[in-house]
Amino acid sequence: MSVTLDIRLKRANKVYHEGEVVAGVILLVCKEALQHHGISLSMEGLVNLQLSSKSVGVFEAFYNSVKPIQLISSNIEVAKAGKIPGGRTEIPFEFPLTTKGNKVLYETYHGVFVNIQYMLRCDMKRSLLAKDLSRSCEFIVHSQPQKAKVVRTPVSFTITPDTLQNSKERSTLPKFLVRGNLDATNCVISQPLTGEVVVENSDVPIKSIELQLVRVETCGCAEGYARDATEIQNIQIAEGDVCHGLPIPIYMVFPRLFICPTLETTNFKVEFEVNVVMMLHDDHLITENFPLKLCRV
Amino acid sequence: MAAVQWRSSGRSYDAELQRCRPEFAPVEFGDYHPLKAITVTDSKTRRGARKGSTSSSCSSSSSSVPPDPLSSLMDGTDPLSMFAAAETPAITHSVSAGDLGRKKREKEEEAVGADFEPWSLRRGEILARFTTTEKLSINLFMGSDRGKDPSPGSSAVSEKVRTRLEELDDLEEGSQRELLNLSQQDYANRIEELNQSLKEAWSSDQKVKALKIVIQCSKLLSDTSVIQFYPSKFVLITDILDTFGRLVFDRIWTMCSDPRTLPESFTVDDVNDTAKETCLNWFFKIASIRELLPRLYVEAAILKCNRFLNKSGIQETLPRLTAMIRGIGDPLVAAYARAYLCRVGIEVAPQLKDSLNRNFFDLLGSLRQISSESVQNQLVLQRVEVPEYLTLYSPAINWILQCIAYRAPEPLLMEMMERCKKLGNNALLLNSVMRAFRAEFVAARATDFIGMIKDCDEAGFPKHLLFGSLGRSVACADPPEPERLTILNEAWKVVTKVRSPQDYINCAEIWVEFTCRHFTKREVNTVLADIIKHMTPDRAFEDAYPQLQSVIRKVLTYFHDFSVLFSMERFLPFLDMFQKDSVRVEVCRSIMEVFIKHQVEPTRDPVILNAMLHICKTMHDSVNALTLEDEKRSLSLLIIGFIRMVSFGRDFEQQLSFCVEARASFCNLEAVLVQLIHTVNTLAMETSSVMRGSHSRKTAAFVRACAAYSFITVPSLSSIFSRLSLYLLSGQVALANQCLSQADAFLKAAVSLLPEVPRSISVEGKLRSSESFLLDFINNFLSTLLVVPDHPEHGVLYLVRGLLNMVQDYTWEESGDAKVRVYISALPLLAAMSQETYLYSIPKVDSNETLYGGDPKFLSEINKLCETLIGQVLDHLKTLGRDEQSARRQAAMAFSLFGVLLAHGDLRNNKLSQLFVNLWNLSHKHGHCETRVSVRTLEFLKHQSQQADMSHLSEAVQRLALQTRT
Repeated sequence: MSVTLDIRLKRANKVYHEGEVVAGVILLVCKEALQHHGISLSMEGLVNLQLSSKSVGVFEAFYNSVKPIQLISSNIEVAKAGKIPGGRTEIPFEFPLTTKGNKVLYETYHGVFVNIQYMLRCDMKRSLLAKDLSRSCEFIVHSQPQKAKVVRTPVSFTITPDTLQNSKERSTLPKFLVRGNLDATNCVISQPLTGEVVVENSDVPIKSIELQLVRVETCGCAEGYARDATEIQNIQIAEGDVCHGLPIPIYMVFPRLFICPTLETTNFKVEFEVNVVMMLHDDHLITENFPLKLCRV
Repeated sequence: MAAVQWRSSGRSYDAELQRCRPEFAPVEFGDYHPLKAITVTDSKTRRGARKGSTSSSCSSSSSSVPPDPLSSLMDGTDPLSMFAAAETPAITHSVSAGDLGRKKREKEEEAVGADFEPWSLRRGEILARFTTTEKLSINLFMGSDRGKDPSPGSSAVSEKVRTRLEELDDLEEGSQRELLNLSQQDYANRIEELNQSLKEAWSSDQKVKALKIVIQCSKLLSDTSVIQFYPSKFVLITDILDTFGRLVFDRIWTMCSDPRTLPESFTVDDVNDTAKETCLNWFFKIASIRELLPRLYVEAAILKCNRFLNKSGIQETLPRLTAMIRGIGDPLVAAYARAYLCRVGIEVAPQLKDSLNRNFFDLLGSLRQISSESVQNQLVLQRVEVPEYLTLYSPAINWILQCIAYRAPEPLLMEMMERCKKLGNNALLLNSVMRAFRAEFVAARATDFIGMIKDCDEAGFPKHLLFGSLGRSVACADPPEPERLTILNEAWKVVTKVRSPQDYINCAEIWVEFTCRHFTKREVNTVLADIIKHMTPDRAFEDAYPQLQSVIRKVLTYFHDFSVLFSMERFLPFLDMFQKDSVRVEVCRSIMEVFIKHQVEPTRDPVILNAMLHICKTMHDSVNALTLEDEKRSLSLLIIGFIRMVSFGRDFEQQLSFCVEARASFCNLEAVLVQLIHTVNTLAMETSSVMRGSHSRKTAAFVRACAAYSFITVPSLSSIFSRLSLYLLSGQVALANQCLSQADAFLKAAVSLLPEVPRSISVEGKLRSSESFLLDFINNFLSTLLVVPDHPEHGVLYLVRGLLNMVQDYTWEESGDAKVRVYISALPLLAAMSQETYLYSIPKVDSNETLYGGDPKFLSEINKLCETLIGQVLDHLKTLGRDEQSARRQAAMAFSLFGVLLAHGDLRNNKLSQLFVNLWNLSHKHGHCETRVSVRTLEFLKHQSQQADMSHLSEAVQRLALQTRT
């Protein structure tokens, strides 16, 4: 006797905002009528924090701060113990997406040390002989659009051996001059990061130019914190010895889920940066870093 | 046996003819005539319909003209045109879900118009042109994308992501597969395999794997080792990308067409959320591809899917992708990426010309990269010369320019040209411009172009290629009249200096067309001479047969007057360059085909005849024991076509001597010999008609010569029936020309040939009994014998006896009646011979009627012969009567003898009349006779008996009883 349990959300993209109603159906498909001891549905939003291995020893003192933070939680009973007729059964449900008190619903974010996740979970209790059935489904929360106007704050940059911070190697570096600009460092999440980079000249041919999107996650509190930067994605924008003097576009779409508006709370911080990485044929790696502030409008 | 006595009934042919002639019934004009009425109205309606209907169906609207019985029957519209009319909108409006994808694709090609040369045509050309013998390698690194995965080694990854990752690892096990040492064919096969596995992965719902395959494939495009092969590699791999783009589009399309099919011109609002989400997912996935080139190619591949998301998607994406290509360092890789983008762009959004232009300008900007150090180093490493390297660009640049030039306004083209000029007349660009722009445009500025070509620096792109491209343009569009000669001179000056014979001929071949199109034989002759001069040393022509053939083809398309053609001194020497047999025959064949098609009037021009004879002889000499029947037949047809075109007018002797020569030349092709005999026979008859039937001494001798020609030619044929019929025919011709002894000889030869006729012959490859053919021939022969006078030295009816003897001795089929049938059919002849005046005669030839003048001895001789024949027939009837099975045959034979007796026998004779009645009874004995025929025969007899001097029949009629059916 097979039965499948599934949660179907009404919205195809599963994206909800605070104050909206998460609506959908619980879908049960079984061949014959099915006896059960109750079906319940729960919604939960959690922030999971995790310490990176290198900082575990140091910060055990404030272990508390690493506990998961609950953002939202509610539970409803969908059906009392009884029987479900054979065939396809759809049970509609609705959850208001509102918080109690002054809690804020952070935007969904899948990171390395910080994870913000919203789940729907449906449980079907059954008799001792049959296993309980359970199904969970993630839905995505987008935080409320920012009210204030976004100041784009473009930056332009020039990279030469002289502008580099690592001064030791400066003498061994070949000569080059790269100019460029980013159209905005205050970025809107739904719009790509754009800009241009021009290789004006370079003694050594260029191997590749890449854009590295980096998240900087900070866990902890006033007493101490762990700050880790990890790569989200790396996009190559130039391959090989590109034409000098020709502007090459910088263009990167922010990935979904792995990105959220820049977030700062008492317990954790999520920030983003972008690196323009230039590799030369003699394997020199030149990086220029730009902190980004992401927001949603 | 000798019981029968034959008497032929006397016939008055004139009187019979009078009797048989139907009564004269004059038809008044305006009388209703069913056939006439139909033809008139028919032509009327047809004219009306043609005038009235502008639609393509021509058989519509005939209902407006009522008198046409056919169309009124159809009630106006015939079912076919109705069907056609119903089908056209059906195709354009409703698209069945099944072949949706295909239709869509057709539609898109339409959007650009039929005059746009589609990529599919270029494809094969590129694959054939850019080949390599070097070993290739495919480096597929399926697991490589793990690094790009957003959260490596994280324990907090959502379950879904983790399972997907695991799934991926399972699929390819992080395998880096490097396939080394692949030949070009292996490489193509591998790519095709990948294409297949892409489709498989897709259909088994492994979308991620499909994407990975596509990414890996497009990554191969950044590899420029074995650079000569790059264009072909591009073609192969973009095929995969096309497949992928189609798969994705069709999938999203079907997602939207759940309740009803999405219309062709759908908008964003018609797309449901799920489909949009899926589509968006694809774009996000592709946007996170790490490497530049795959990201670019894959996004271009699914460019069309932007239509599901928003209106302006394509419009925004194209310029962005165009700009993105700037990041590609290798100019060749970039050029091809641009070509792909243009290709996708013009397919999906032909109206967006801007990004095409942008692409081209960017391309111009990046061309200086070619001379950059890294490219030069690479060339040195791969040992590729710069000119060769530059040609690798042509397909890409040609394509881009073609897209731009397609229906582009003149000023734009001018601007493009100016830009090219500014870049120091880059030869590569110039070449592509000439290839891609409208031929009329190029031709009108041919002189300018020549100037520009001259200005190009010699080192880079080979100039003969430039002139080749120019030649192609001026060949299909006409440059201004006064410039033509200078153009040719300037171009040829360069062409003739090309050293390599292969390069030379490639270029010369193109210019031949221009020369033929605009100039006279003098110039063409010069060009041919130049080609001969270049191609003869070291037998260079051996490697250039296709080009040389094309030269001949082009000359033939423009020169249809063969006297002009052959008066070109170098034409035949040019033909001599085709020294490989198969090619030579091919060329001769094409010349002959043109000759037959375009030579309307018979010719006697010695130049043409000599040349054509030479050509035909070449074709003929290619026939050997291994030549196929079909090949022989087609060659024969061509040669026959030539022979029929030869006419010396009134100079018959010349014609005959031509036939003699032709016979010597074409002795291996039987069909040609047959034709020659026919020609000579016609010649003899023409002579006779010119002399109005009475030959002078000279013409008589000539006619005899014709007969002699036939007589010695016929035996060389192998087909026995053509020999027989030609003997007979030539005999008839000889008779008609009063050559009695020759006619005798022909007929005698035919008779003596009879025993050699095989029992079965092969007709169209099947073995058939020859009996019916033989019977036909003999009957034909018999009818000729009536007018052949007896030879004074031989006995009476020498030929008839001879024929009958042959028939007697011939080994007929055991179970057949053929022999007896011949006997029966000989009886009418003999009866006709015993008449006072014969049914027909040949003018100026005395037949037996006048020779013997109704001599009783002659008549009794005939009667004796008849009696023998009837005796033989009766004997045969007796043997047939012995068993049941042959009863039907017996009845049939008896009835046909009965018929002969009725028509030709003198039934006043008692014995004959008795036989007559007996035969009737015999034929009806077993009820095998068809009653209807019997009834009609009786009616005829009754009718006949009422005629004067036929009263004796009535008695016989009374004795004939109809068999009643029991």
